[in-house]
Amino acid sequence: MAQWMSLSEAIAALVQDGDCVALEGFTHLIPFAAGHEIIRQGRRHLSLVRMTPDLIYDQLIGAGCADRLTFSWGGNPGVGSLHRFRDAVERGWPVPLELEERSHSDLANAYVAGASNLPFAVLRGYAGSSFEQVSPHIRSITCPFTGEKLAATPSVRPDVTVIHAQKVDRSGNVLLWGILGVQKEAVLAARRSIVTVEEQVDSLNAAPNACVLPHWVVNAVCMVPRGATPSYAHGYYDRDNVFYQQWDSISRDREIFTAWIREHVLNTADFAEYLRVQNERHRREAVQ
Amino acid sequence: MSLEVSYNSDEMMTVSAARMLRNGAICFVGIGLPSTAANLARLLHAPDVVLIYESGPIGAKPAVLPLSIGDGSLAEEADTVVSTPEIFRYWLQGGRVDIGFLGAAQIDRYANINTTVIGNYHRPTVRLPGAGGAPEISTSAREVLIIVRQSRKSFVEKLDFVTSAGFLTGGDSRRQAGISGGGPSAVITDLCVLRPEPESHEFIVASIHPGVSAERIRQNTGWKIRFEVDCGETTPPTADELRVLRDLKARTAAAHGMPEPVV
Repeated sequence: MAQWMSLSEAIAALVQDGDCVALEGFTHLIPFAAGHEIIRQGRRHLSLVRMTPDLIYDQLIGAGCADRLTFSWGGNPGVGSLHRFRDAVERGWPVPLELEERSHSDLANAYVAGASNLPFAVLRGYAGSSFEQVSPHIRSITCPFTGEKLAATPSVRPDVTVIHAQKVDRSGNVLLWGILGVQKEAVLAARRSIVTVEEQVDSLNAAPNACVLPHWVVNAVCMVPRGATPSYAHGYYDRDNVFYQQWDSISRDREIFTAWIREHVLNTADFAEYLRVQNERHRREAVQ
Repeated sequence: MSLEVSYNSDEMMTVSAARMLRNGAICFVGIGLPSTAANLARLLHAPDVVLIYESGPIGAKPAVLPLSIGDGSLAEEADTVVSTPEIFRYWLQGGRVDIGFLGAAQIDRYANINTTVIGNYHRPTVRLPGAGGAPEISTSAREVLIIVRQSRKSFVEKLDFVTSAGFLTGGDSRRQAGISGGGPSAVITDLCVLRPEPESHEFIVASIHPGVSAERIRQNTGWKIRFEVDCGETTPPTADELRVLRDLKARTAAAHGMPEPVV
């Protein structure tokens, strides 16, 4: 049953050290505010899961929150590398990061398997690749009917999934639209879930087949307007492409990164204050 | 007589790749160079091409090039937007994709692709972004086009990791591995176009871009590259192709607030 909470209460109550945590979003509706709050509260030893880890995972990894990452594509879309992710993998800074690497098709299927309460996913995948040689998680199974060899991989069952959505009604039913990614599957695969939301409305007025998560599959609902920025929320605000480019230079250097996290995340009270600090920085840069 | 039009090697590459996308094809598009070429084709000779992006849009018709694989512009003009599991399960694995359009960090003579690591997997020199959708696009699509800039770093004798299967070790090995899709039909670079040789399935140079020497191609290839007997010259970009491509890039740069046009 969805409880209304502040984001800091939700993270304190539902995300523990050592948890397996998925903050999903396929370049759209990425829960940045929730990621910042996890960093602010100093969570450690998390096993992160995400198909497309981007800037918020780079921040979580660089801040030392994670020991492990399950993923299928880790980059700064349209810009280049995730430098904190690479530093952790290539040089173990600030802590070594163990990888469980999969393909998009695999992870999407693995979330579906998790949501379906199945132990593993079956797909026609990885044929001819090197994955099986380096990963104990990618195996094969023979179809009992046709004899075809198929890839079998463990389902994803996070302790907590966090997503960002556009609308919530008074009862806590959540509506999201646009590029949906695997958010619905990630919530249904998880033991607990947190949804941050742009706007509260009296009625969702959703079409019958819309992507609605009923209030009783969500643990916490938190009002966080602009909570997906610098990614975007379809119908609310655009992607801050300039920030994605700026992140390349912020994240390249350990000291610059650490100072950025201190000023923007650790020394801010919440996401609203982070946005104020960011806006002031934008204004200063515009003047210069 | 046609007028001489100046262009750069990236434009030649993008235009060559775009020409290979036939009108009406169902095309699964990777971000970056493939997306530029696919959208150029859509604006030129292939208005009915169906572009599918792994984030969920089917029949995408973006007005400007997406910076990321899940830009809102992809969703707004698409015929439909489905979830990511549905894209991979029903549409790709379901056998509905004619052409997979991929990029690469490293490629070998059989058009196997590496986008995972440079160096040892467990102690990589360079950790690349990883697989994304490519391992299954390369095996499930009926045909694959690969667009990649050619250099000794990208065209290597041996891949450090096979992320996505091309013709594996050549000959019949792809079919022996039980892979259903037909495999790569062309590799388009900033220097030339390569096609698989019948039987061996080794990629050999089928046409050389204007102004590029065979020696330069050899110097930028990590294996002893071969040329088709009747290897010709790639038709240079037409004024129309260049105009549409440059307009698209200028619109894209303006829309994304970027100082330089993206590729």
